[in-house]
Amino acid sequence: MNASSDALVVGGGLQGLSSAFQLARRGYRVRLLEAEYCGRHASGVNAGGVRTLGRHLAEIPLALAAREQLWHHLEELLGDTCGFVPSGQLQVAENEADERKARERVALLQSHGFGHERWVDAQQVRELVPSISPHVVGGIWADRDGYALPYRVVTAYRLAAQRLGVDILESTAVQRVERCGSLWRAHTPHGTFEAPWLVNTAGAWAWEIAAQAGDPVPMEPGGLMLMVTQRVAPFVQPVLGAMGRPLSFKQFDNGTVLIGGGLRCEADAAQRHAPVDLTRLPRSARTVIDLFPHLTQISIARAWAGIEGFMPDEIPVIGPGAAAPQVVHAFGFSAHGFELSPIVGCIVADLIDRGQSTLPIEAFRLDRFAV
Amino acid sequence: MASNHPLFKPLPAVQPVPSTVTVQVDGAPVRMSRQASLAAGLLAAGVTAVRRSPVGGGARAPYCMMGVCFECLVHVDGVPNQQACLITPQEGMHVQTLHSLAASESEGAHV
Amino acid sequence: MSDSIRDLIVIGAGPAGMAAALAARRRGLDVLLLDEQPDVGGQIYRSITTTDAQRQRILGPDYSHGETLAQAVKAAGVEHWPGTAVWQVDTDKTVHALRGGANHHIAAKALVIATGAMERPFPVPGWTLPGVMTAGAGQILLKNAALVPSAPVVLAGCGPLLYLLAAQYLRAGVKIQAILDTADGTDWRLAIRHATALLAGWGYVRKGLGLLREIKAAGVPFHQGVEQLRIEGAGADAAEAVAFTRRGQAHRIACGLVLLHQGVVPNNQVTWSLRARHHWDDKQLSWVPTCDDWGQTSLPGIYVAGDGAGIGGALVAELQGELAGIAVANALGQGTCQDGEAQRARIRQHLAIRPFLNQQYRPRDAFRIPADEVIVCRCEEVTAGSIRAQVALGCSGPNQTKSFSRCGMGPCQGRQCGLTVTEVIAQATGLPPSDVGYYRIRPPLKSLTLAQLASE
Repeated sequence: MNASSDALVVGGGLQGLSSAFQLARRGYRVRLLEAEYCGRHASGVNAGGVRTLGRHLAEIPLALAAREQLWHHLEELLGDTCGFVPSGQLQVAENEADERKARERVALLQSHGFGHERWVDAQQVRELVPSISPHVVGGIWADRDGYALPYRVVTAYRLAAQRLGVDILESTAVQRVERCGSLWRAHTPHGTFEAPWLVNTAGAWAWEIAAQAGDPVPMEPGGLMLMVTQRVAPFVQPVLGAMGRPLSFKQFDNGTVLIGGGLRCEADAAQRHAPVDLTRLPRSARTVIDLFPHLTQISIARAWAGIEGFMPDEIPVIGPGAAAPQVVHAFGFSAHGFELSPIVGCIVADLIDRGQSTLPIEAFRLDRFAV
Repeated sequence: MASNHPLFKPLPAVQPVPSTVTVQVDGAPVRMSRQASLAAGLLAAGVTAVRRSPVGGGARAPYCMMGVCFECLVHVDGVPNQQACLITPQEGMHVQTLHSLAASESEGAHV
Repeated sequence: MSDSIRDLIVIGAGPAGMAAALAARRRGLDVLLLDEQPDVGGQIYRSITTTDAQRQRILGPDYSHGETLAQAVKAAGVEHWPGTAVWQVDTDKTVHALRGGANHHIAAKALVIATGAMERPFPVPGWTLPGVMTAGAGQILLKNAALVPSAPVVLAGCGPLLYLLAAQYLRAGVKIQAILDTADGTDWRLAIRHATALLAGWGYVRKGLGLLREIKAAGVPFHQGVEQLRIEGAGADAAEAVAFTRRGQAHRIACGLVLLHQGVVPNNQVTWSLRARHHWDDKQLSWVPTCDDWGQTSLPGIYVAGDGAGIGGALVAELQGELAGIAVANALGQGTCQDGEAQRARIRQHLAIRPFLNQQYRPRDAFRIPADEVIVCRCEEVTAGSIRAQVALGCSGPNQTKSFSRCGMGPCQGRQCGLTVTEVIAQATGLPPSDVGYYRIRPPLKSLTLAQLASE
């Protein structure tokens, strides 16, 4: 059972699963340690947006690589499309100020050589989303973006990793890591595991592992809420956001509408639980009604909340540890790690296998914070 | 809308005779007891199915009569997904079951 | 709209809720009693304040006892909000509810959750057809609407409530086509005789021999030991017949109305949403909130009383409600520091019969954990086979199956399928239900429109 492994991966969310999978593809023996069950937290309960639109400049190369090399080829990679729908993503502008911001953004991206975001005017918006409120003046459109089903992605990665021999231990919380000689040691209630390499993809709990590895970073666990409606007759194809206010909005094949977008709530990281508080959602509900007046009487069937890891600058930590050798960190995705996770696994595998990443990750350095 | 054979019938000689209201069900006026739930009123009027399952399309009707099964969902006064077993009929209420919902579906209403 | 802080909010105006509100009010507490029905009574005393002599005769004197309680609640000046749907309860005891289309957010120093019981799911082929309802629904239609089946009805299942409804229907002149008893190999005459003797707490069923005689005298065909059950009529979108096997023999009865019942289970949506501790009770075959002998859950200041705390019946519910009300008053410094032992002694007396009932009317495994093709989740039409397939893929709990198949994510939010899913997974994995767990229940407990959510 405690056969030796080359790498210990802490955390069975998508960052951990894709890292384990990519390492296994290169012949590494990987053991993944997950405290509850794979995808229990952010990875399994997020809004499923496959989004390159609206990202921090530093994330764009990663997001585009993930989308083009992986999301559009999931069936080849994992044997499952995971419900990926290339519906496009649209971020609407509701007034002049929004429009100005949007055009500036598109120009900025173009000046960096990125053409994946395109300004569309009011008429084009109406062609894309006929039922949207008339006050929308235009938007930014990313036509190869879309959405997928988070838990299916998690399961597809998990099964693919297991087929390649990754040993996934669920209900196995890593209580402590330490470097012992040339090995990393992970202490769990079900025994101690060792390997030369350590991968820290422990999500909202990654700051603890990082600190134990000698790399403290200012990551904070936080809660995010989502809600889903009863079924509605189909009225919107693309995933929607809004420039001027937080919103993430998509309608599935079954007619239900998922509403999210920065809906913060409390999080109890020790209890591994974020309570839903609907009293924080009136603004979000109003945003939806403002954009789609015909949804006024649609009911919310359910809301849920998840725990995520947030960084002060809202971009993740991706890269080797600073204090000790042979540790790679990938955490702190600040509510937008889902789309990046397939490529993060490749980057982690590159860092371990070749000592460097083919994609630019300088902006995500662990030691960018003055400690 | 209503079949000729309601599954339920009133007990004889209920005293005092409960006062009734007139409710529009799929456009037709139906007299209902003020004291009984809307779901009971629909069953007594011979409505056998109030909606179609959005998954398989099969007809559905009230099942538990106490608000825990969510089968008796009807449109009331334009608001969808109302549990008929928890609603007291009011004079002039407009209720839509699957029969008129099917027609309005094409206009972008819900399921 | 926010209201000032109350001493106590009671959720549910059945016998437990009424008794809790009364006990607290009598000790000078400011009490708010909430219920989604238009009147007090819960289900057992449904429509007690608007009933008539004919129904009281049919339903029996135990039903009428509810009137005493209802009037006491009114006389004591308990503030009662009917037609109020609670959609979120916070651990700090704030209750969020919709009443008359407007939202209310009410803070309280203590809560009593008295949401009662609901029918145990009874997943058989065809159970989602129009014309199939629960025995409880039949009883509610009788109580609330003075409605009875218009054509001969089939009653299928097991448990005292099924026989009670049969007797009530006979008194009302309803023709019962057959009673299909699904309990495990019980001699039904013996069962009923024992049941009536041991259900001494229920005045009506104390006349159990009379009950037996009534059913027998009416010549109702009684098929005991039913092993398989199926309701047919899919093509017609309505129940047309019941098919069953008994001792290897197949039978079919043409019938347009089938009432199912295999016991009641606690309705725990509120306590689950609060993440109060629950434990699996293998005798009751359901989850029960873990609480102390005052009914306080694992969350301080939050109590449960009545069938929601474990099935005990109406009189136990009343006593538990009283205990919770006293406990809240004690905690707020306004009790007379009664120790509650008198109530607990009476509760124990009433509960003495429960082990027998649980044993005698234990629903068959096959009717709790159905075959692959049977729909388990009515809302999303997820079959037992689908759940088993997900287990084979590595899903070890109900929340994972939810993500995969939408099982439990429909309008009823797991109320009709939760128990079944726990048990199907338990059987498939070999883990006990207590390890498998239950759905994670989240607000809104009752659906809110976007407009209602936006209105604060």
